Amino acid sequence: MPTSDYDPACLPDLLPLYYRRLFPFSQYYRWLTYGGVSKSYFQNREFSFTLKDDIYVRYQSFSTQNELEKEIQKMNPYKIDIGAVYSHRPSQHNTVKSGAFQALEKELVFDIDMTDYDDVRSCCSAADICSKCWTLMTIAIRILDRALREDFGFQHLLWVYSGRRGVHCWVCDEAARKLSVTARSAVAEYLSLVKGGEETVRKVVLSDPIHPFISQSLGVVENYFNKYAIVDQELLASKESVDRVLSLLPEDVRKELLVHYQNEKNPVNRWGILTDLVNQKREMSSKKGGYFEKEIMLQYCYPRLDVNVSKGVNHLLKSPFSIHPKTGRVSVPIDVRNVDKFNPFEVPTISLLCEELDKSRADEEEDGIKNNETQSAERRKIRDYKRTSLAKYIKLFDQFLDAMAHTRKGEILKKSDLQKEF
Amino acid sequence: MQFTRRTKKVALGSNPELYGHCLQLYGQPPLESVSLVQFETFAVERLKLLKSVENLGVSYVKMSDDYQKKLSTELCSLNFPHRTSVEDKNQTGSTEYEKRRKDHISHFILRLAYCQTEDLRRWFIQQEMDLFRYRFSILSAKYKTEFLHRNNLKYDTISIEEKKTLKDELINSSYGISGATIAEQEFYRVPFQDALDLVRLRKVFLQVGYAYIPHQDIVTIVLNDFRTRLSKALALTARSLPAVQSDERLQPLLNHLSHAYVGQDYSFQKNIGKVSLEQIDPLSTTSFPLCMRQLHKALREQHHLRHGGRMQYGLFLKGVGLTLEQALQFWRAEFVKGKVDSEKFDKAYAYSIRHMFGKEGKRTDYTPYSCMKVILSNPPSQGDYHGCPFRHSDPELLKQKLQSYKISPGGLVQILDLVKGMHYQLACQKYFELTHSVEDAGFSLNHPNQYFTESQKLLGGGKEVKKEVEPPQRGQEIAGSNAQSAPTQSPKVQALDKMGDLESFFLDE
Ligand code: SF4
Ligand SMILES: [Zn+2]
Repeated sequence: MPTSDYDPACLPDLLPLYYRRLFPFSQYYRWLTYGGVSKSYFQNREFSFTLKDDIYVRYQSFSTQNELEKEIQKMNPYKIDIGAVYSHRPSQHNTVKSGAFQALEKELVFDIDMTDYDDVRSCCSAADICSKCWTLMTIAIRILDRALREDFGFQHLLWVYSGRRGVHCWVCDEAARKLSVTARSAVAEYLSLVKGGEETVRKVVLSDPIHPFISQSLGVVENYFNKYAIVDQELLASKESVDRVLSLLPEDVRKELLVHYQNEKNPVNRWGILTDLVNQKREMSSKKGGYFEKEIMLQYCYPRLDVNVSKGVNHLLKSPFSIHPKTGRVSVPIDVRNVDKFNPFEVPTISLLCEELDKSRADEEEDGIKNNETQSAERRKIRDYKRTSLAKYIKLFDQFLDAMAHTRKGEILKKSDLQKEF
Repeated sequence: MQFTRRTKKVALGSNPELYGHCLQLYGQPPLESVSLVQFETFAVERLKLLKSVENLGVSYVKMSDDYQKKLSTELCSLNFPHRTSVEDKNQTGSTEYEKRRKDHISHFILRLAYCQTEDLRRWFIQQEMDLFRYRFSILSAKYKTEFLHRNNLKYDTISIEEKKTLKDELINSSYGISGATIAEQEFYRVPFQDALDLVRLRKVFLQVGYAYIPHQDIVTIVLNDFRTRLSKALALTARSLPAVQSDERLQPLLNHLSHAYVGQDYSFQKNIGKVSLEQIDPLSTTSFPLCMRQLHKALREQHHLRHGGRMQYGLFLKGVGLTLEQALQFWRAEFVKGKVDSEKFDKAYAYSIRHMFGKEGKRTDYTPYSCMKVILSNPPSQGDYHGCPFRHSDPELLKQKLQSYKISPGGLVQILDLVKGMHYQLACQKYFELTHSVEDAGFSLNHPNQYFTESQKLLGGGKEVKKEVEPPQRGQEIAGSNAQSAPTQSPKVQALDKMGDLESFFLDE
């Protein structure tokens, strides 16, 4: 797939085409109006645009889909962020008495970024990713998706590839959008297991009893650990990586292991020895805790959330279908049912999409089909994206929106049934 | 919402119904009139109590034995209720009834003083909740149930069958629950939003949006109710505040009270412009507390700090006396050595520095973080260097660090013991004493900028060491540790005696 030929310098030339012919405005508008809960829900939503040269414009807001569309097509933002639904129109925030302008609601969001795993990846660092470390994102999605649904009861989760080195989750249930800052931070903390900054070595500490949430999460990690950590990341191969793992263990275990490791070089076997030894010690000891092998697994694989992003109601997050200016890749929805198959390197870049568009137009002309001027622009656009590799991602987005509409309809029925009873 | 200054008073000699339980949810404002002197005394004493609650919460693990013991002593010595029955006549001082009345009235007075800003409300709610948690938890089972009945608090319970199906999950979700105790106690099923404290700590079982709370943890739900009511009530009170503020007898007193909680305000720059940028490196090793020294070192090495670090360190430096221009120069010089060029710096970072100095955005002048804030809020995560090293570093790393700073082995043990006991600020103070070679620091540390000022006093030589008559810290005379000092009363306030019904301030709630 010729995706590698994206050149950031071409972005200004490609964006107008993308926003005119490909960006799914009608689905986007359908999403953010939430079935018309209240008229102002879309109008009071903050958007912010990053323009050329990192010029950042906050507090944009729009009355209608048309207005949003026109403005985006005029400004051609390099990046679009979505903020909160405010008490007033964000575009008029300066005219409102200070203090009265307040963020009221927003999706509960999660941001997982590969740079936060730098101390536990050996394949890449910083902004780089490869298919090896992408497994960390797969694990993160599986763990959080399960917990948000089964523990917290949310149903409408939109997982999105950030376009570069991470994933975002938008929890869109009504209850999630209405959560207070305190509630958001409580949820985020419930979901955080890896704690501490650069001055902490042992970042996961487990104690008895092990909460069902942790057991469930460990279950997910276990499915990936051997292949991902032991084989791909060579967790116990080099001296440095062995040292790093052993620093998470108590002195006596560490010493014993070092002896064993002198004769055993195979990383898989080394891990086996480690778990056996830790288990043995745990069974012999009367003390509680001692789940060191589990702690290691979690420290190396458990999702690392940016809690601050999730906490704030007014925090901005990159919008789905926005382009990542560095990679040119579109922020596309991820199909959680097939999350293991998701490959960030297969996500189309804006240059690929434009190429596909051109090609299909050329085909059309060859076939002698002339653009029918009376055809509505909307329909033409649908036809446009359907010819590109964006189609399957927009279809996912549609399914997500349909599911939400379905829930809403159910609730309306329930309400009116209740009313009938009286 | 109007503010009638009612003259008609409901005379209530004694109100056994209102004060029938030693703990209340403060649903009803007091109906009786209170003399201004009593008004002030009550308020000041409750404030002292809340300050102690705050301090104890930092020095001890909340709800640990020591914490409870200290808090009980505090309640006792300030004459607040700490028993369950009204009838113990044979005590000296106030009767239990008077104590409950004081508890009630003083709470409502502080609502007036603490409803004014978001910050004040947050502080007040936090302390009142901690106080309430303690007072509720020490009730016997019988009184707990009675409290629930009286206040009409009802929660959904789960069936015996459900308990059986969820047995393992329930056992593994809370401390001290076993197969036997599950059978014995009720489990309540509430939306997880009503049990956030347990959710946050992952001390409760969650299933599809509901938290399953064992009776032993019912305090969480009750507390949640308490918080919801209190914050609603404060918002309402705030709306009627203009009327209170126009009352020239109350206004100064309330302002005075509400200022008491912050202690010294380090946003006021006494030393502005007295520190040069060249001095920062040496000062960071001699006079900065460990948290700031760590940030400074990280900044010099990485040429970057993440948001949490920039805020904590930037505001500290502002408190130390850097001007805005100096601060911009300081941060830019360091950042451009890293991955950020000057242009990017101006675009991405200069704004937030001006922001710290109140020159952008809402123009609020940010206050340097207190130890409490550093220790309790926004813990460091991957890539962060902020926080309090005594709280947020691995003990092993902390030990190495202190050794490298030439702390004697004896001192090291003392510090690490304090850390183990979770007395982070005391550990920091010990570090201060050891590095400044003084027996007793002579102050109680609660702010990194205070650490700096005190250090400079000691190292600055002759002149400044002498105890100058400092202007008293704001509110210190009220809520300071020095409990004997009588609260200041302006003569004007004292002269006025009876004031109107307290209730009238809480109309239309
Ligand atoms: S106790 Fe306070 S001054 Fe000392 S290191 Fe911690 S936060 Fe800094
Ligand atoms: Zn990689």
